[in-house]
Amino acid sequence: MSKEVNIPELGATASLRYLWNQLTSMRTALILLMMLGVAAIPGSLIPQRGQNPMAVRDFFEKHSTIAPWIDRLFGFDVYGSPWFSAIYILLFISLIGCVLPRSIEHYKTMRALPPLTPKNLSRLEEHRKFAGSKKSFDRASKWFEKNRFRVRVEKSSISAEKGYLRETGNLFFHLALILVLLGVSFGALFGMKGEAIVNVGERFINVPTTYDSLTFGKLVNEKILPNFTISVDKFDAKYDPLTNAPKDYTAFVTVDSNGIKEKRVIKVNSPLTFGSTRVYLQANGYSPIVTVRDSTGKVAFQGPVPFLPQDGNLRSIGAIKVPDADPQIGFVASFLPTFSRTPNQGGISVFPEALSPKLLFSAWLGDLGLDSGIPQSVYRIDTSKMKRVALSSLTPGESYKFPEGEITFEGLTPWVNLQVVSDPGKDFALVGAIVAVLGLLASLFGRRRRIWVRIDEDKKIEVAGLAKNGAPGLAAEIAKLTEYIKGEK
Amino acid sequence: MQTTWAYISNYFVYSAMGVFTLSFFAHAYETAWAVKAPATTASTKGNLLTKTLDYKRTEKAARIATAMMILGFLLLFAGVISRGISAQHVPWGNMYEFSITGALAFTGAYLAALRKNDLRWLGLFISLAVLLTLGTAITLLYRNSAPLVPALKSTWLVIHVTAAIISGGVFLLANVIAATYLYLEYSERTGGRKVWAKRLPDLETLDQLSYRLVAFVFPLWTFAVIAGAIWAESAWGRYWGWDPKETWAFITWVAYAAYLHARVTIGWKGRRAAWLCLFAGSTFLFNYVYVNVWGTGKHTYSGL
Ligand code: HEM
Repeated sequence: MSKEVNIPELGATASLRYLWNQLTSMRTALILLMMLGVAAIPGSLIPQRGQNPMAVRDFFEKHSTIAPWIDRLFGFDVYGSPWFSAIYILLFISLIGCVLPRSIEHYKTMRALPPLTPKNLSRLEEHRKFAGSKKSFDRASKWFEKNRFRVRVEKSSISAEKGYLRETGNLFFHLALILVLLGVSFGALFGMKGEAIVNVGERFINVPTTYDSLTFGKLVNEKILPNFTISVDKFDAKYDPLTNAPKDYTAFVTVDSNGIKEKRVIKVNSPLTFGSTRVYLQANGYSPIVTVRDSTGKVAFQGPVPFLPQDGNLRSIGAIKVPDADPQIGFVASFLPTFSRTPNQGGISVFPEALSPKLLFSAWLGDLGLDSGIPQSVYRIDTSKMKRVALSSLTPGESYKFPEGEITFEGLTPWVNLQVVSDPGKDFALVGAIVAVLGLLASLFGRRRRIWVRIDEDKKIEVAGLAKNGAPGLAAEIAKLTEYIKGEK
Repeated sequence: MQTTWAYISNYFVYSAMGVFTLSFFAHAYETAWAVKAPATTASTKGNLLTKTLDYKRTEKAARIATAMMILGFLLLFAGVISRGISAQHVPWGNMYEFSITGALAFTGAYLAALRKNDLRWLGLFISLAVLLTLGTAITLLYRNSAPLVPALKSTWLVIHVTAAIISGGVFLLANVIAATYLYLEYSERTGGRKVWAKRLPDLETLDQLSYRLVAFVFPLWTFAVIAGAIWAESAWGRYWGWDPKETWAFITWVAYAAYLHARVTIGWKGRRAAWLCLFAGSTFLFNYVYVNVWGTGKHTYSGL
């Protein structure tokens, strides 16, 4: 602390050096480490855009006065915010500044010989003195060799050292943390992530237009999308009849990658892999298949429409938009895979499988607002400029006729949400993490110690040792060595 | 079949609670007895189980207390296993299952530490903590046994959760010891230990013990976080997403790393280190309770 008073009198290089020394000091590192922990907290309490954009939108609606302020402080993007980045970048500079010099120093010590035998061994730990011979003295170096100590043999003394692994492990741990950070940044800069809903029976082509959402790392673009298509042939969902909880999801697909066609299976915990790109099964739901005819009987729309699940029993909501009819027709609908009715909730679903499916809808005429330029949710219809003309429900195969048209509920097909992710940095992060754990183990359980043996003119042998950081077990080790020298074993 | 095993599991858990209650009373009796022997208090330093005057009677109570602890552990073990059989997966699908397995790990950590260290004085707190955990679990958190949702079906779940639960048990143990340290340190500063506390170890020992425990589990916790990341990568397509649970696991990791640094490289000891240890441990508890119960995000499998 008192040093800081001196800063103004130092020259520019000296101040820089002073700053550098401060930054790479253990105390600064510790403070930065704590700050990183504290800085991570708000992101777990305030909704984050990266994790849950819907919750952020709700938050803006509920707390309209403070939300913009939180936003200005990057409160909804904590983990990408300048202040969060600043802390960890400083921490890692500090880490590098601290660990690199230590690594070099440690490398030198490892190559150097262990230190000469001190004059007065009796002041060290575990000192012993007993009668011996030149021969028994030689046995000592054999013991060290057998136990893989590094030794320095002089005429009448031996210095031996072991346990460099402790410091090596510690350095590897810290260096590995840097590797983890590099892996994370690499993935963020060169990766991509996208999602697409695909009806069973349809095909996903890996080009930007097939995605419902798609983002790229800062340094790449759509050229990195590998060339493949995935046809979803079948989707199996198994549910527990007692609790309705899902037990297993399996998507059966045909993959076409560079002209090679293959049948494959995607499950929740086993994605498909194309190089560093992986395809995950993320969510699923139902698409009712409908046909809509206009007042002349001409087909204005036909096909499956993905609906969005709302609860564990897959009650789903959706919108069927028919812009080609004149006037435009829209259906605001909900789909119930296993229909039931309760007095206070109305229609509900009581099981996630489609055991007795039903489509409830209201039909609207007017302007769907598709040309307004405002992005529209595919699951909702803005009915403010429309007029309701019908309200009804259908089971598969049934049709409903109203003056301006007719809707037929043909059947249904499941849809799956495929998540496509490329993270070229993740292997570095994994290697870094593994090295970090190994290094940590070595550094926490390694024992560094030195042992010296000397023989004097009277053929008396002296043994003594020194354990760094109070590492346990030195006494036992020296007892073994003594026994060995005396030839008892 | 499934329900039968669930019933069996409940019986085991109830019996374990009964036995832990007995263990608690035995520990309490043993502790109280030491107070009743005034002749011993003057010469008491460190752990004095063996030095109390009425050696035999206290020793007997202590043995009963530990035996009950072991029996409780075995019963709870059976309870956890049969719960697993009933649900046909490792019994970590919801908060109830996490809690009983966590209590098992906590007791196991204590019994394992007891083999090498004379920690019987801790038994009173341990049995109480286990009773509270099991009591909350069975009254507030109980859920019927159910199969795992697909995302939880992975070998990495077993590895990740095993490592996390063991770490949690040891972190809690370290916390109990750090809290004891703070209490004793406070009473020593303000007029000396209470009579009953004289049989507890000296401050130095407690200080070292909580450090050793943390140094021992920190790598395991690091591994638990990594295993979680590997699992998340295969289930959700990203190994790290700052989900609340992940964020708090990270905070706990940082807090314990700071603790180790403060001790090893700056040389913090005693009171300051104990507070830091308590702080780090409470981030773990916070993650367990807050994020499971009230949190949002992908990790909320509490079943509440
Ligand atoms: C992400 C940040 C960091 C983490 C998680 C971390 C973690 C650790 C851990 C767990 C230990 C082992 C303690 C032991 O031996 O018992 C350690 C030791 C050490 N760390 Fe860090 N560290 C971090 C950053 C830093 C930085 C920035 C520096 C340097 C400025 C540093 C310097 C040291 C040193 C010198 C030791 C040696 C302790 C000994 O004497 O054995 N660490 N670190």
